Parts: sequence; C-alpha cells; structure tokens
Amino acid sequence: MTLLGQFCLWTAFLISIWTAVVSLSSRWKGRPDLGRALTRAPLALALVVWVASVALWKGLFGHDFNIEYVAAYTSSNLPDYYLFSAFWAGQKGSLLFWALVLSTFAAITQLVTSSRYRDLLPYVAGVTSAVLAFFLFVMLFGGANPFERLPFTPPDGRGLNPQLQNPGMVMHPPMLYLGYISITIPFAFAIAALLARKLDTGWIHAIRKWSLLSWLFLSIGITIGMWWAYVELGWGGYWAWDPVENASLLPWLTMTAFLHSVMIQEKRGMLKRWNLGLVIGSFLLSILGTFLTRSGVIASVHSFAQSSVGYLFLGFLLLAGIGGFTLLYTRWPNLEPEAELESLASREAAFLFNNLALVGVAFSVLWGTLFPILSEAVRGTKISVGPPFFNKVNVPLGLLLLALTGVGPLIAWRKTSLPNLRRQFLWPLSTGLLTAAVLVGLGMRDGYALMALGLSGFVVGTVVQEFYRGIRARGRLYQEGPLVGFVRLIGRNRRRYGGYLIHVAIVIYFVGFTGGAFKVTKEATLSVGESVEIESPYGGTYQLTHMGISQYEALNRLVTAASLEVTRNGKSLGRVFSEKRQHIDSFKNPTFQPSTEVGILGGLREDLYVVFAGTVDGTERASFAVTVNPLVWWVWFAGGLLVFGGLITLWPGGPAPVPVPVRTPSAAGQAEQAVPA
Amino acid sequence: MKASSKFALGSTVIVLAIVGLMYQGVKQTGVYFLSPSELVARTSQDPSFHDVGLKVGAKVVPGTIQRDPSSQRIAFRVSDSTASFPVEYTGIVPDTFTDANDIEVIMSGKLGRDGVFHATEVLAKCGSRYEAELEDLHKKST
Repeated sequence: MTLLGQFCLWTAFLISIWTAVVSLSSRWKGRPDLGRALTRAPLALALVVWVASVALWKGLFGHDFNIEYVAAYTSSNLPDYYLFSAFWAGQKGSLLFWALVLSTFAAITQLVTSSRYRDLLPYVAGVTSAVLAFFLFVMLFGGANPFERLPFTPPDGRGLNPQLQNPGMVMHPPMLYLGYISITIPFAFAIAALLARKLDTGWIHAIRKWSLLSWLFLSIGITIGMWWAYVELGWGGYWAWDPVENASLLPWLTMTAFLHSVMIQEKRGMLKRWNLGLVIGSFLLSILGTFLTRSGVIASVHSFAQSSVGYLFLGFLLLAGIGGFTLLYTRWPNLEPEAELESLASREAAFLFNNLALVGVAFSVLWGTLFPILSEAVRGTKISVGPPFFNKVNVPLGLLLLALTGVGPLIAWRKTSLPNLRRQFLWPLSTGLLTAAVLVGLGMRDGYALMALGLSGFVVGTVVQEFYRGIRARGRLYQEGPLVGFVRLIGRNRRRYGGYLIHVAIVIYFVGFTGGAFKVTKEATLSVGESVEIESPYGGTYQLTHMGISQYEALNRLVTAASLEVTRNGKSLGRVFSEKRQHIDSFKNPTFQPSTEVGILGGLREDLYVVFAGTVDGTERASFAVTVNPLVWWVWFAGGLLVFGGLITLWPGGPAPVPVPVRTPSAAGQAEQAVPA
Repeated sequence: MKASSKFALGSTVIVLAIVGLMYQGVKQTGVYFLSPSELVARTSQDPSFHDVGLKVGAKVVPGTIQRDPSSQRIAFRVSDSTASFPVEYTGIVPDTFTDANDIEVIMSGKLGRDGVFHATEVLAKCGSRYEAELEDLHKKST
C-alpha cells in the first residue's frame, strides 16, 4: 500500500504542477480544449489524493508498524476511532490530510460553481493546484512523507499521545484545517479575478458560501479547541493567548471582517481593494499559522514536532504574499470605488469601523505573538508579552466591536435621519441600559464586565427588534401567526436572519468570557474524609470531601481515580471524579507521561472544576486544585448556536443577490422583503 | 466636513488608541524572556535584575527533581549548555512535567539573591524529538 501511496503523491505532484503552470501563464487563453482540461484537473487530483489517503488509513487500521508513521502514532490496543484520527495526529499525516481536503474542495469548487464564472475557473484551478503542489512538495522533498518505511518492524507502535485521546481532539484539528484550507478557495477566486481582470462583484458572489463556510469551520475548530483545552489540559481555563491559539484566531478575525466588508462592495461598489487585500491576507495568515506552529520560532507549550518544514512554509508565505500583493498593485487602477461614503450615520460607516477594529485586533494579536522575535531583532533581547497584554488591548476593542454589532443592523445604508435613529435605537439602547442597571443593583461593580453585559443587552435588543418588526410586517401582509412568520422570515432571508442568530451567539460568547473574570481557584491537600471549602462568586459555598482513591485497569491505560463528595450550602450535588491515567502498550509497558482527566460538575451558572494532582507518598492523601468557573457552559452553547445560525445562512437556495442601493432603513420589514440583504 | 474626512478622523482616533494600548501593554506587561546563561550574565552585571520578574526557557537537568507532595513544593535544576541554577516552585505542575529526559520548561519568576530561581509559574513541554521516538521503537524491536 505504501508503494501505491508514493505513486499517488508523485502523480498528484506532477498533475498539479502542470495545471498551475498552464493556468497561471494564461496559455489556455483562446484554447477551449486546454481551458476544459484545466477545470477537470482538480477532479483528477482529488481522486489521486483520495487513493493515497485511503492507503494511509489502510496502513493505520491494518497495524502495519513497518510504516514509520503508523508505528509512531498508533499501537495495536488503540481504539478504532483514534486509529482513524491518527491520520492527522502527526505532521506527515497532517500534510496529507491538508492535501486531501484541499484537493476535495478544489474539485467541488469546479463542480458546483455556476458557469457564469467560466472565465475565472481555469485560473481558480491553477491557484488551488499551485497550493496543492506546495503541500505535495513538502511531503516528497521536505522529509515529511507519511509512507516511509522503517528498516525493521517494531512489534507494537508507540501509541497516540494520551492528550490526543479525547473526542475533542478527533474533531478539533480537522475542523481547524477545514477552516484554514477552505480560505484557499476565496483566495483562488481573488487571484483569478485579478488575473482575468474581472473585477466586478462576480468573484464575490462566487465565493460567498465558501468564505462563510471557512469562517464557520474556523469558529467550530477554535471552539472545540477551547473545549479540549478546558477538559483535557487541566489548568482551569480555555484560552491562554498561546501563540498556537493566536495563530488560529488571526484568519478568523480577518475573515469576519471580510464577511462584513463584502456587503459594502455588493451594495455600494466600495472597498474593492480592501476586500481583495483581506482575502489575500487571510490566506497568508492561515499559512503563517502553520509556519508558527511547525517551526518552533516562537516558544509555545504546544509540543508539535519541530522541523525544517516550518521554513518551507515561510518561503511559501513570502512567495504567495509577494505574488498576491504585486498582482493587486498592478490592477490598482481597475479598482476605483463606484461610490463615496455619504454620512457617518450609515451602515457603511459602521461596517468600516467594524473592519478597522477587527483588523486592529488581528494586528495587535499578531504583534504580541511575534513580539519575542521582533524585540530580539531590534533590541537584541527577547521580550515576551502574556495574557495581560492581549487583554489590555483587546478588551476595549472587543467592546467597540460588540457595540457595532448592535449598531450595524439598526442603521440604514447611505445615511440615516435623526427621527429614524430615534425610532431604531430607543428599545435596544433601553434594553442595554436596563441590563447594566439591574446588574449594578445585584451588586456587580466590575466596569468592563458591566459594559460587556450592558452592550450584550443592547445587541440582543437589536436582534429581537429586527425579528419583531419583520414578523409584524409579515403578519400584516400575509395574515400569518407569529410562529409561522418567524420561520418564514428566516427562510425568506437566510443570510440576514441567520446572521442575526450568529450575532446572538457572539454575544453569548462575550457573556461567557465575561464570566471568566470572576473565576476562583483554590489548592488543597486532603486525607480521606477531609474537606475543602470554596466560595462561589455568586455567593454560597461549595464543600468538597475527599472520599478515597481507587485504581483499576481500563482499555489501554492504568487509572488512578480520586472521588470527592460535593455539597453546595449543605445540599448534596453528588460526586465528582478526577483521574490520573498511565497509558500502556499491549505488553503493559507504560507509554507517554501520565495524563490527568479533569472532573467537572457543570451547570448553567458555573462549573466546579476539579484537578487531581497526585497522591502523597503512596497513601490516599491527595492534592487537588479546585476552580469555580462561572458561565463556561454558555461558551459551548454559543458554539452550538453559531453553527445553527451558520447552517441557516449557508443553506442552498434562496433568492439571488441583487446589488441595488437601498434607501429605506433595513428594519422596515416590508420594503426589505423585496430587496434581500 | 465631508463624511470621508470624518471617517478618516475617526479611524485615526481608533488607530492611535490601538497603538497607544499596544505600547502601554508592552511597557507594562512585557517581560524578558531569557536563557539561563543570559539571565546569569545580566544579574552579575546588574544586581537589581534580581528583583525583576521575567521568563526563562530552559532544560530541566535530569534526575534533579525533588517533590514534596504534602506541601506541593517542587525543586529542580535547570540549565542550558553553559549556566545552571536551582529552581523552587510551589503549586501543581502540568502532566508534561516529568522525570523523563529532555523536559523543557518555560518559567515565570525571579532569580533571587540566594541564587535560587523562585518560580511563580511552570509550563513544561516534552522535548522528545522524532529521532528519539525512532530510537525508542528500535529498542522495542530488539
């Protein structure tokens, strides 16, 4: 099977080089046969890369430990679903997975894109093939070939790192990869539009679903990553501003900006250059993320295998960056805006500020992440900035963004009159102020938290008002009940109302993050029967009583479990378990360092988070770290709502977009029905 | 004033605010990130460096880890090729901090005048490289 795999990698490499060269050199112009061949090449590439991937999966499931990759990341006692996910557990497999997803997306793009864009598609095939060729190059010549065989056959493999043996880790990397990789498609269309000089909104319409899809995958990937860090790493939080986490946030921020700014181009023909720049930038950031995580130039606690592969990515990053922006520069005169900003009280202005803030956040996160390298280059000393830096800069910007999330939908395109502003803002603003007032009344004094929650109230007020007015307008027009009206309102204008649901999800994330400011931690060493008390930030006291340690053998590990009886204000809440796991191979030899399973007693208000840190001198006396984490559940709930809203927005069908300037305020339900946003 | 100039003004305010926040953020929260030899060299030049909180990235000297589980105190030595000093830390260390060879740590804290690094935070990563993994496999097969 490895021979077949090798063969497929080489075949794919040669086809992708041919496609990229013929396409990007514009040789196919005036040659319809070549143009057709180019648009079919991605299908052939996807097929070949799929065969290679099935070959690797076959090696993994067949326990062929003579294959280095199989021996390094699996063992014969590893459960099947982890054999499946071991495909992307290591660097070499990740690269093949990347190629697999990219070739699949590239093929789907050629199949589903409307023939309206047939001038762009051969170029799109060229860009996706060039990116694919790079990944194949790294595998074949960068020492990252997953099909390499060992000169001997070990009796068992090393097994999968226990921290990766978690359902979150089965999902998190592929989701994030899907997000990173699907940015390639918008990028390919942007480059294609520049090369073909088709610089109207055509390319933007062609990639609308792709940019939303990659944004959605990135959101899911990041959220599952937070969940994994929370339940698996045992430090009591889900976001630490670690360089690897930041790397995943950067393209998310620029894609969020892009999703908003394209609306200005569709409606008003402005921001053409900015949009192209954002897409090229997002693609570069997704490559930069890979470079940062794989090269080890930045100290991170994420222990990826470090290798020279990172520098190949740096080279590719520079090449793509210089190529992309040079091309943008040469087409600069073709990208004159068709309209001007008319008033600051307009939706364009709100979106412009939103873009500025998002790119500002991205810039500060990039700056903070790269600061050790930058300071060493400039001053000769490495200086690192930690979570306080990121919080200091990003909390105010986050609040500004939250405010704009509420303002954007309330304000009309072009300009808004004063009475209109009053009509639109009265209820949402009152909701926000009321929220803050109630929280002050309940005793909350933290300024940032009050602002975050007050603004959250404002945004929710906005969304509710939008839905209310839309449903009321439908009710008058079609004599529908509120429930039917609600469903049809969303169905008729999925992009807009799906978008509002995503706004609510973002608000709930913010509420969850705000809860993090009130977290309480306590460490204790307890004998059996002893207890520790910890105060909840809502008031009330948890009491945890150490009930003893048990040891047993499970599937592929030895488990030492501590159990604690929990009461809150004297009322029993049941037991919480935290484990130390020592993974073993099929000969009962320990593999890897022991890992900790966190015990979580979750709730809507707060999580009780218990980490068993170890026993004392072989007795049942044990050390624990106990954390009360308010509102964490809401972060995961927000993730679910975001996916739901995203799916509504992505659902196929619906009216075609009409790029017409709109004068009426967006919320006027009736007029808006005719002109989908 | 034209709307575009108003927007330019607003943008300038936001950009300046971002730059200002970043500048302040670096000034207030930036800490040195040093290797053991850099830290030792600096403190011998300038004794006030003993009182500066900073980060150190270093390797744990194998076999030097002493744990007192009842008080959760941990002592160990770190080094790079040239300099070495002891470390004391109280608290829970991550799973990746083990007695295995080749553990790399990133620590926050101060190098006290007693020559001991008093850590307030210890992060560890398993430095085992791919080559080492292969040797591992080879041992198993023989």
